Amino acid sequence: MTVTALPTSGARAKPSSTEIVASGIRRRYAAERRFKMYGIAAVIFGLTFLVILFSSIISKGYTSFLQSAFRLEVFLDPAIIDPSGKREENTLLMADYSALATDALIKALKIDPKVRGDERAAGALLSQNADVELRDYVLRNPGEIGKTVNVWVLAHANADSVMKNAFDREIPEARRKLSDKQLAWIDRAAAEGLLKLRFNTGLFTYGASSQPETAGVGVALIGSFFMMMTVLLLAVPLGVMAAVYLEEFAPRNRLTDLIEVNINNLAAVPSIVFGILGLAIFINLFGLPRSASLVGGLVLALMTLPTVIIATRAAIGAVPPSIREAALGVGASKMQAVTHHVLPLAFPGILTGTIIGIAKALGETAPLLMIGMVAFVVEVPKTPLEPATALPVQIYMWATAAERGFVERTSGATIILLAFLAMMNIIAVILRRRFERRW
Amino acid sequence: MDMAVQKSFAQDVVEAGAAKASKILARDVNVYYGDKHALKHVNVDVPDKGVMAFIGPSGCGKSTFLRCINRMNDTIPGCRVTGKIEIDKADIYDSSLDVVQLRARVGMVFQKPNPFPKSVFENVAYGPRIHGLASTKAEIEQVVVTSLRRAGLFEEVKDRLQDPGTGLSGGQQQRLCIARAIAVDPEVILMDEPCSALDPIATAKIEELMSELTERYTIVIVTHSMQQAARVSQRTAFFHLGNLVEEGPTEVIFNNPKEQRTQDYITGRFG
Repeated sequence: MTVTALPTSGARAKPSSTEIVASGIRRRYAAERRFKMYGIAAVIFGLTFLVILFSSIISKGYTSFLQSAFRLEVFLDPAIIDPSGKREENTLLMADYSALATDALIKALKIDPKVRGDERAAGALLSQNADVELRDYVLRNPGEIGKTVNVWVLAHANADSVMKNAFDREIPEARRKLSDKQLAWIDRAAAEGLLKLRFNTGLFTYGASSQPETAGVGVALIGSFFMMMTVLLLAVPLGVMAAVYLEEFAPRNRLTDLIEVNINNLAAVPSIVFGILGLAIFINLFGLPRSASLVGGLVLALMTLPTVIIATRAAIGAVPPSIREAALGVGASKMQAVTHHVLPLAFPGILTGTIIGIAKALGETAPLLMIGMVAFVVEVPKTPLEPATALPVQIYMWATAAERGFVERTSGATIILLAFLAMMNIIAVILRRRFERRW
Repeated sequence: MDMAVQKSFAQDVVEAGAAKASKILARDVNVYYGDKHALKHVNVDVPDKGVMAFIGPSGCGKSTFLRCINRMNDTIPGCRVTGKIEIDKADIYDSSLDVVQLRARVGMVFQKPNPFPKSVFENVAYGPRIHGLASTKAEIEQVVVTSLRRAGLFEEVKDRLQDPGTGLSGGQQQRLCIARAIAVDPEVILMDEPCSALDPIATAKIEELMSELTERYTIVIVTHSMQQAARVSQRTAFFHLGNLVEEGPTEVIFNNPKEQRTQDYITGRFG
């Protein structure tokens, strides 16, 4: 800081403007640097939590994308499958396929079936679903009966956790889920390539299950898809039309002001309130089936409607009035001016608002819990009226289950949900850039 | 301006106008924006086929009056128009009159060129298409080409008809807007300071265009530039603070005005 020299005559000379500015300048620059630091610190703070969140989810969930399976040579014994030889469907359905699978495993591991308990212990390494898998294979290829075929059979969740190094071998044998003998078999099978970790397509195709190895988000994905379609088909046309009316045609008076305030409020109402509304009206009053994705879609559409209206109104308001005047000046009616000129120019904004609204609805859980989409649904629904569930609800249901397999699946499903949301937002940005026109 | 003077002035106007058929007749037109009385007791006749200029300082109401003629003021909330405006002896503020049809007869060119963000072709084709003046592809093409030719733009854009209209230069955009206005075959063209956003060469081109257009259309132009009014118009009206002060043949207004205020404006004392 420069100090002005005082003249000796006794009268103080006033410092010049330049000197005053110069004396304060360092302090100003220091304040500016501090301000920048605060900004950077805030960004780093936010990013740190994001990184912690993502790394914790990914580290817990990436294993769910792999699933252990045994590669077995199964002899499709006609004596067990179809003693009569008539290939009747009922007979084929009821045969004891798990015995065939266990036999194949025993042969592969060179286990002596005469040792007491070994046969059952070996069978315990296979998933309870192995039965169904073999049955489906035989039903698809009845001609293979009598031959020896190579099939992949899902391993039991316990064996799977050993393969994923999640099984605690330190616990004394009496309290463990797998005996030492079983562990030895698993290690041998893995070394010989009989037991492998494969990409878990079942995660995407299976429905709910009490065994983690056969549980997947298939039902949830289809349920969420039906709901998104319902939201798209309901909320977007209604929302755009309401916004066009409010913005272009409605008179500016107390009533329309009231409507605008209410729409803005609706956008902020907690989602569970919409769930209660849906329960009272759609399920109790209209009698729609509980747990159906149609009902979920209706509730989510109500939730998304205010968002679409607000986004559309903003997009329409951003269209310069000169375009409207030009259209009206040429003799277009108000409706023609809106549909031929204003809406096409407002389209990017409407699209962005819609995608963001739908992405938000995709992640909603509370209203869906209220209308009962927490059911244990095994079969993938074919219509929106069949019981279904949604991705965030499925995550919630798995999060409350104790097994190791469900812990990894909770995080795995979360990864899938986050990937969907990220994809939708990226698409929103790309589409908005592509359709943006300069006027 | 006090009422007695205004009334006798109105009689003068009526007598002068009766000699030649007027296209547009305005009697006691008042415009209110909410409580603000923007235009006061305007009486004016616009002759058929020819250019009439409205001049005056900023905020005097000339654009407001122009926008009354094609009822564009209807789009402004809180705007109220009283009085009578007749085009070809039919009151355009009559409740039975369809505003959309009116705007097909009375076209408008705005101060800042505002072509639609569509192709040059689509800009001109839009009007005829929605009014049903041309329906087949050939008819539409013919209307577009004719309009572009009449606007003096065809030669410059004939290879670029599918390019966006917003990609043209300012002067070309304004001529495109003129082509768009004449494509619906109007009787009157209103121009609200059409050259104020353009450079002198583009301005000259448009003034030249106006003299060609007056053979077919009645043109009313609002302009800030007195030189422009002197160059292009046959009759001129001077507005001041919402009143129509004086109106008459252009040479008279510029060389020999009756009112002191007109004289002051012309000589640059204010405005």
